[in-house]
Amino acid sequence: MPNPADRKYSKEHEWVLMESDGSARIGITDFAQTELGDVVYVQLPKVGDSVTQFSQIGEVESVKAVSELFCPIGGEVTEVNDAVVKKPELVNTEPYAEGWLIKVKVSNASELDTLLDAEAYGKLTGEG
Amino acid sequence: MVPFAGWEMPVQYPQGILAEARAVRSKSGIFDVSHMGRIFVEGADAQALLDWVNTGDIGPEMPLSRARYGLLCNEDGGIIDDCIIYRLSEQRYLLVANASNTPEVLTWVTRWRDERFPNVTLDDATNRIAMIALQGPEATALMATLSDFDPAATRHFRIVEATIQGKQALVGRTGYTGEDGVEIMPASADAAWLWGLLMEHGAMPAGLGARDVLRLEAALPLHGNDISPKTNPLEAGLERFIALDKGDFCGGVALRAIQASGPARQLVGFQTIEKGALPRAHSGIVVDGQRVGEVSSGGYSPTLDRNIGLGYVPAQSVSPGSRIQVDVRGNLIDAEVVRTPFYSRPR
Repeated sequence: MPNPADRKYSKEHEWVLMESDGSARIGITDFAQTELGDVVYVQLPKVGDSVTQFSQIGEVESVKAVSELFCPIGGEVTEVNDAVVKKPELVNTEPYAEGWLIKVKVSNASELDTLLDAEAYGKLTGEG
Repeated sequence: MVPFAGWEMPVQYPQGILAEARAVRSKSGIFDVSHMGRIFVEGADAQALLDWVNTGDIGPEMPLSRARYGLLCNEDGGIIDDCIIYRLSEQRYLLVANASNTPEVLTWVTRWRDERFPNVTLDDATNRIAMIALQGPEATALMATLSDFDPAATRHFRIVEATIQGKQALVGRTGYTGEDGVEIMPASADAAWLWGLLMEHGAMPAGLGARDVLRLEAALPLHGNDISPKTNPLEAGLERFIALDKGDFCGGVALRAIQASGPARQLVGFQTIEKGALPRAHSGIVVDGQRVGEVSSGGYSPTLDRNIGLGYVPAQSVSPGSRIQVDVRGNLIDAEVVRTPFYSRPR
């Protein structure tokens, strides 16, 4: 699955998509879900929690391993994807769409500059 | 691929652990289990040697082509390994041991051969003969279409020599998934061909991950997790595999003493009340706020769609229906003690 060019990526394999209202949608990458295998549990922060860039905010657990979830951008959590909490396999089947995890009201947009674009992230994970 | 006891083993194939596990429960799957040890034990003292080193009853009466599950115990009753022993002919047996324990099992059995039962040859055929487990409700029917294997004649825990499209293999009706199925032992040179043949006929390749999921659902113990030299078969709930009434055997004195006084711990099964973080090996087991034991195996059961586990607690401290908690990385998760196996195949 190609990494969409419309978003930024962290070295810890999360993605950030800026939306028109200035909030950021966050998920994990196709590379990450492939490495993890079947995801059976996601633990996410709560709406209203404030999160700082690169801090641990939750866990994504598969049948074979548990992986810490780091926040690729700081701000306040405005939404949690209940669908993925109920159906964690969405992280596997649609990591860049229905498998998103949380939305954050970004406090400092310049943090985006510290993230990778799709091409750089692809190189990091051994594509092209 | 991951290193496993000196072998390169796939944790999963492209379908993924859950799809592989579901295929085995609903149709059929194949596992390359060539890493397990295969040791031929042959000679006039073979039966006596096997009766000494293993807890199960081999005896002169064990019928030809039968298989028995048993434990190899040290003098203290600690479990060196668990194994299946197949009787191939009057004086010839096959002992199948766990991969990581095979060198130790060979050393152990050789020691007793040298000390007490000299008329036995031990032949480690692990590298010469491969082993492919074909498991699932469709497994034996598939085997019958590809070979002269007859499921009606070769029932559960039996072994037979079969011909698969002109090639010979030992076929045991055994497995480690809780499903019906066979374990096929062809010459190593025929293993890749056989794997391809089974795949062509619809068996899904399954890796170590699925194997662990399936054996845990069936509450089959994993040596190194649920049983080890530091545990004995009585506390592990494996009493039915100890022939305490047979003659002397290694560990027998210790096991009879443990049976008389009662084991200090018991291995119990539990399932969590809600889904959530998975209990895994070494998670603490908490009763009334006190840590009383530890999970030995745990994970997600796709068949039950619940999180399940096995763990040791003080003997008689809980029973099916008891509430316990499992400490998963500092979070206490509510669980209920249940009877095992968690899953039994429909019969």
